[in-house]
Amino acid sequence: MIARARRLPRLRLNALLGVTVVVLLALLALFGPFIAPYDPLKLDLPARMSGFTAQHWLGADEFGRDVASRLIVGARTSAWIALATVAFALATGTAIGVAAGYLRGWTDRILMMVNDAFLAFPGLLLALGFMAVFGASRNGIIVALGLAYMPVVVRVVRSTVLSVREREFVEASRVTGNSEIVTMLRHVLPNCVAPVTVLATTMFGWIILSESALSFLGLGVPPPAPSWGNMLATARPYINQAPHLIVLPGLCISITLLGVNMLGDAVRDWLDPKMKT
Amino acid sequence: MGRFILTRILSAIPTLLIVSLTVFSLMRMIPGDPAALMLGDLAQPGQVEALREEMGLDRPVAVQYLLWLGNVVTGDFGLSIATGDPVLPELWDRFTVSATIVFAAILLATLIAVPAGMIAAWRQNKGTDFAVIGVATVLLSIPSFWLGLMLLLVFGLWLGWLPIVGYVPFSRDPGLAALALILPVATLVLAESGSIARMARASTIEVARLEYITHARAKGLSEAAVMWRHAFRNAFAPTWTLIGLILGSLLANIAVIETVFTIPGLGRMLVDGIYARDYPVVQGCMLYIAFMYVLVNLAVDLVYPLLDPRVTA
Repeated sequence: MIARARRLPRLRLNALLGVTVVVLLALLALFGPFIAPYDPLKLDLPARMSGFTAQHWLGADEFGRDVASRLIVGARTSAWIALATVAFALATGTAIGVAAGYLRGWTDRILMMVNDAFLAFPGLLLALGFMAVFGASRNGIIVALGLAYMPVVVRVVRSTVLSVREREFVEASRVTGNSEIVTMLRHVLPNCVAPVTVLATTMFGWIILSESALSFLGLGVPPPAPSWGNMLATARPYINQAPHLIVLPGLCISITLLGVNMLGDAVRDWLDPKMKT
Repeated sequence: MGRFILTRILSAIPTLLIVSLTVFSLMRMIPGDPAALMLGDLAQPGQVEALREEMGLDRPVAVQYLLWLGNVVTGDFGLSIATGDPVLPELWDRFTVSATIVFAAILLATLIAVPAGMIAAWRQNKGTDFAVIGVATVLLSIPSFWLGLMLLLVFGLWLGWLPIVGYVPFSRDPGLAALALILPVATLVLAESGSIARMARASTIEVARLEYITHARAKGLSEAAVMWRHAFRNAFAPTWTLIGLILGSLLANIAVIETVFTIPGLGRMLVDGIYARDYPVVQGCMLYIAFMYVLVNLAVDLVYPLLDPRVTA
């Protein structure tokens, strides 16, 4: 209790900063199109690559499109893709992890063999491979990144299920006549909530980073739709004439990731006492 | 010890087989017929069938996989559709470019981040600790490609201290080649130091709580001696595994850095292959990078007993 009280100030600062950034991101994602001063695709050629002006208060890009509007709508793109990807990875990963850990035997062995094959691919590689299959598109990224990050979820859920399934309360549920499915859903699955929440917060950050990297490589959100990553890619040739086109989207990604990482640390401290430092 | 090394090496073989099967299946999922893709739009009807037969695409999938695997094992990664050249020699050239940058960056990042993380742990909850953890968290949150663009902008364009050309072969101009490597390497050092420092700090804190550290202190050893002689090896072991994982995954993630600095490396080869739908190149790159990842982790595991002799037991 004393140790907890002493840790509180740092934890609170972390969590506060993290929550602020994530709430801001959520607000931008929800209300972005209403806040944005211009249509993010509207061309204003006389204003090409202009700096900060009264008309375009964060400048205009190489086609004279309003940077502020594109950043705001880009926030919506990133947040939506990250959310959908996390949901996809969690849903499939949890289903497979629970099935493998609970059913054991051959189901477990085969599922884990495929899972380990996916885990044997480093970083972006698997996502790049899937992008080669699906082609660059919004739904393509969600499925590609979702499949690339799913194996981590499977591992975490399976190991939690394996450690829980032999405990007395699971046995008790079976003895009282509950079916396997009820036992699994009501008694085993809730134990996965804490580790999966910790993982989901961390994953949200990884996915925002991966999506912006894929978009930067031209294999993510296809232009002209704005995303922070593809804004960096299209502005790269103009880095000398219009550095703000490079600085601003990168700042958005970095601030978002910083917020998500801080929130992730706070969530981990809170839910996973073993990781506490 | 010998037994440990042998079992660890043998256990990599099924992983490599599964990886190759995954890459093969993934490439089979790419829409479009490779033979038609190779011949382009001007192909005569008979030509496609002839090429399909020549490439073995008319055989059962399992046979195709085994034939391909046989070729790969003997060093034949096929021919690039775009250039017609064999894929493997180019893979090797590109790999040496990427590996130079990745190894230099990881070495420097380790030398900087591990001591920083350990010192932070030793000064837990004091000013130094907050400074290190703060810088590490910020570095962790900056995408490497944006960091690279910023360094390029400041040191390459504004200050003009360093070349922006990215890559020059050592054989052409060693001085310029080294100079050109500074920015990409510095970018990766900064980008990867964050997670290494945080890991080093966390594992040092864990070790510092153990009784043998209290015992070492009680013997009257200085703090420096306790930290470097007693805590270091145990605290470094988990960080070593993380460094291996980063090293392996950088071979794929470096594609973004190679894009920023226009470096003809392995990651860029893969991305260009995806653009061009040059599937032998994509397949070769994926397989090569994944194999390297498995081998790097194998090497890391083989060194592990030197850090922590308990693992061989």
